[in-house]
Amino acid sequence: MGQSKLYLEDHFPSPVKHTWIEFRRNHVSIIGLWIFLFFVAVIVFAPGIAPFSPTEQNTDVILLQPAWDNSGTIVHLFGTDSLGRDVLSRVIHGSRVTFGISILIVLIAMLVGFSLGAFAGMGHGLRASVLNHLLDAIMVIPTLIIAIIIVAIFGTGLTSCMWAITLSMIPKFIHLTRDLVRNACHMEYVTAARLDGASNTRILFDSILPNMIEPLVVNGTFALSVAILELSALGFLNLGAQAPTAELGAMLSDGLEVAYIAPWNIALPGAAILLMLIAVNLVGDGLRTALRNRLQQ
Amino acid sequence: MSSLLEVKDLSYCAKSRGTLFKREQSFKLEPINFELQSGETMAIIGDNGSGKSTVAKLLVGAAMPDSGSIILNGETMQPGNIKQRCLKIRMVFQHSQSSLNPGLTLGALLDEPLKLNTEYDGYERRRIIEETLVKVGLMAEHAHFYAHMLSEGQKQRVAVARALILNPEVIVADEPFAALDPSVRSQTVNLLVKLQQDLGVGFIFISHNLGIVRHISDRILVMRHGKVIEAGKTDVIFNWPKHDYTKKLIYAYQSLSKR
Repeated sequence: MGQSKLYLEDHFPSPVKHTWIEFRRNHVSIIGLWIFLFFVAVIVFAPGIAPFSPTEQNTDVILLQPAWDNSGTIVHLFGTDSLGRDVLSRVIHGSRVTFGISILIVLIAMLVGFSLGAFAGMGHGLRASVLNHLLDAIMVIPTLIIAIIIVAIFGTGLTSCMWAITLSMIPKFIHLTRDLVRNACHMEYVTAARLDGASNTRILFDSILPNMIEPLVVNGTFALSVAILELSALGFLNLGAQAPTAELGAMLSDGLEVAYIAPWNIALPGAAILLMLIAVNLVGDGLRTALRNRLQQ
Repeated sequence: MSSLLEVKDLSYCAKSRGTLFKREQSFKLEPINFELQSGETMAIIGDNGSGKSTVAKLLVGAAMPDSGSIILNGETMQPGNIKQRCLKIRMVFQHSQSSLNPGLTLGALLDEPLKLNTEYDGYERRRIIEETLVKVGLMAEHAHFYAHMLSEGQKQRVAVARALILNPEVIVADEPFAALDPSVRSQTVNLLVKLQQDLGVGFIFISHNLGIVRHISDRILVMRHGKVIEAGKTDVIFNWPKHDYTKKLIYAYQSLSKR
């Protein structure tokens, strides 16, 4: 005991590093992370890696087979669609639109939901509960239907779709945050922090937030996969991205017309969506386990 | 000699949250008076619902008194002014399990009161944290640990460290030994007695365990139904209890310990 340093050679990882050490132990999550990073790279470098413009029509090669078919060429790796556009370029740009916008949607919804939820959780009385229960009504209606209503009012298009999905996701985050903050406020460690003279903001960020990261991450990744699905669903219903824009859902509905003669037109965008969802869920699951292990083992 | 802590006519009435049809019974703490000298230990005993914890809450400022005053070293503690009193009066909670934030390292946990109440820079704060951890019988490296990595006894030590870190003059402990097993309990008791001798803080603690009360306290306050029914030196109360309730308590304790 005393001043001697028994664990001198041990180093103490920071919380982020600690989470990474735990995360690394699950190989399936690591595979998910690689796919996730691959899509992030696609988002960032899309114009650079796509061989053609997504809207460029090459009328010489309409419905060309993918390169692995006997009649395909290496120039159009994934073949072409019914207007002679390169499917690979369209999938790359479509992933950019679908995945990128979904991430943006979830970030905005989390930020807004967290601030309102924290306000409702820390506050007392009518103001706080009005905020909470007014938005409960919205949670009853499925997200897709709210999105369709909003699109019906503001017209079709990617932007109104984006707002629709964001708005329908906010109440869930408000509820989550509010419940977590409410529960934490009854814990003794919050009383202890209050007796140290901590203000409400300080208690929220220093005492409660460190314990909220796990549920926030889990719900964030879940929301991300929901956002991807809904954005492509609205695109598929022709309510989202309009004709020339490459968006995975819209590509699926375009491909449906020629599904029998050119199945790669729906298989490839569909596979992209599937891969995204798998990656997001694997990473989310791995993060949840890692964050939980960090604070329990 | 003027006393360290003086409590005058402190009273409290729990705000009843009765609904339209149902009146909830409210708890009332009758005005209480006591004094505490520096380096002295006072125990508060009594059964559940007798107002012991309320007294502790009023002292540390977790609840607002209805009337009366708390005077520390001649300075009146303003109700609601936590900044003023958290430097001087600190609390040790009953369950260290829930009073230590599971999401923070112990270092971050102990850093908080320092950050909020002192002007020290980061390096200086770290030194104080390490010193305090060593003082309560842990090691400086424990600053990097999370609460779940420690045993119950170690957690209780961290709770004590958290109370000590601001160099308080009075420590209020709400049943600090209740959740511990006997061997760890006696370790913690000895730790507190030693710290009190070294640092000369006033110590107010609430306990059901009359053995510990007899062992470490100088004076006793016996409470029942929100009233102080008897107060005095430990020897006197244990040997010549006056009130019927105190007699029963002492008799029960003695019949257990003689067996």
